[in-house]
Amino acid sequence: MSLLSVEDICVAYGPSQALFGVSIEVGPGEVMALMGRNGMGKTTTIRAICRLIGLSGGAVRFDGRDMASWPAHRVARAGVGLVPEGRRCFAPLTVEENLIAAARPGEWTLPRTVALFPRLGERLGQRAASLSGGEQQMLAIARALMTNPRLLILDEATEGLAPVVRQEIWAALRRLKEETGVAILVVDKSLRELATIADRAVVIERGSTVWSGSIRDLTGEVSERYLGV
Amino acid sequence: MIRERHLNALVLGALLALPLWGFWAEAPFMITLATRAAILALAAVGLNLALGLGGLVSLGHAAFFGVGGYAAGILALHAQSFTPMMTWPITIQGTTSMPLIWLVAVVASALAALGIGALSLRTSGVYFIMITLAFGQMLYYFAVALPAYGGEDGVSIYVRNAFPGLNTLRPLPFFAICYVLLGLALLLSWRISVSPFGLALSAARQSEARVRTVGIEPYRLRLVAFVISGAITGLAGALFADLNRFVSPAMLSWHLSGEFIVLVVLGGVGRLLGPVVGAGLFVFLEHWLGGVSDHWMIFLGAALLLVVLFARGGLIGGLTAGSRS
Repeated sequence: MSLLSVEDICVAYGPSQALFGVSIEVGPGEVMALMGRNGMGKTTTIRAICRLIGLSGGAVRFDGRDMASWPAHRVARAGVGLVPEGRRCFAPLTVEENLIAAARPGEWTLPRTVALFPRLGERLGQRAASLSGGEQQMLAIARALMTNPRLLILDEATEGLAPVVRQEIWAALRRLKEETGVAILVVDKSLRELATIADRAVVIERGSTVWSGSIRDLTGEVSERYLGV
Repeated sequence: MIRERHLNALVLGALLALPLWGFWAEAPFMITLATRAAILALAAVGLNLALGLGGLVSLGHAAFFGVGGYAAGILALHAQSFTPMMTWPITIQGTTSMPLIWLVAVVASALAALGIGALSLRTSGVYFIMITLAFGQMLYYFAVALPAYGGEDGVSIYVRNAFPGLNTLRPLPFFAICYVLLGLALLLSWRISVSPFGLALSAARQSEARVRTVGIEPYRLRLVAFVISGAITGLAGALFADLNRFVSPAMLSWHLSGEFIVLVVLGGVGRLLGPVVGAGLFVFLEHWLGGVSDHWMIFLGAALLLVVLFARGGLIGGLTAGSRS
């Protein structure tokens, strides 16, 4: 049974509809890439999964339970950890405080998250606002891990970062995949990096799923047509 | 520039030294002034939890102060007149024991904060300010319309209530009681601010959506903070009633709610000792400038203006600029 099942969801921002039927299935421990060009509805899909925006059709199930009527915090408590686009840490709090504020009991504790991102360990007492972009991104991932999620959702986690820092983040994600059973839904532009970590991929175009399958089957034709690469 | 930790120690030391000096110099009014400052500071410590940590601008905190005050006044009135408070279904007598009065004051103001908070916290921003103000005014007029407890004239406490082992009629022991309670409230406030609960509350002040996505519901956090905040302010109200040996609807007035906010802003919103510095300055200005002119509030207004314009983080923020404890 799949852990997350997004079934043909529709979402509208006021009168303008953004999603016209997106479907995604993520199994336990699976890494799923969500791809599509800018403005095609990737972030909207994620917001709908996390109940940050309401659905006008379809259903989102986590672990078999329909989340349609749940408030956002209940989705997070059920085990969906979101790393939002643009990092969004709690700026006035220190690194350590950011992590403690989000913590829920489980295998991910402060020492373990810091071991995954040693840079954060060196800056535990520093305010989140004073971190570099890459460090803030690491903090956002670490914060999501501290909630001990079963599904981690990363929205453009490497956008706008220096290549070295991107490599660090990809390496951490690969370690996550190898060492833990957490499922990951990842949105990113870098097809090459995604191919090294994702098991399967979903491509969306103008608010609908147009392709899904194993990331190895993502042919040049498909990626050229829908992703422009 | 001075570190915040050192400044805090200095402030608490000064608040302790002033009444001791007053005792030594046989100037008991100094002790009374320091007691007044400590009690107002305690009320503002309560407000600072909601305002500073939670970002909840409550213009109704005098309601909790007044509930605490009336709890003390009503219990003492019945004890002094040897009449039971109620006879059905069970007989409840009044009391003059301070610990018991504090317990009743804390529970009553916490319940008031639970009711008011549960409704008010459904709103935010300007609406939250207005709805807390409205609830404060409701309680004010309720007290005015209470003939059994003096209505507009209030309730007098003929003899200050008693604390086991201390003579509370003497100024210094009573100051000591208030100072210790202020210290305990500061300790609690500090513990809360570094706990996961306090950090989440701080985080919710910055962004509601972000704390939701880590699985925390802001409403419940804020309600708990509001209740603790109201309870501390209620305790201060009970002490204030004993200080003046008098309780009246003025303790519930919205002017006082506004003054509490002024105390917190003057000292530094969200700073641990901000309320103490604010209350100290307030009582100082009230006493010394009050002797110069009846319109001393003009100077308080000017001080507030200067702090808001030039000292982000209030007096504590201004004095500790550039250093973090």
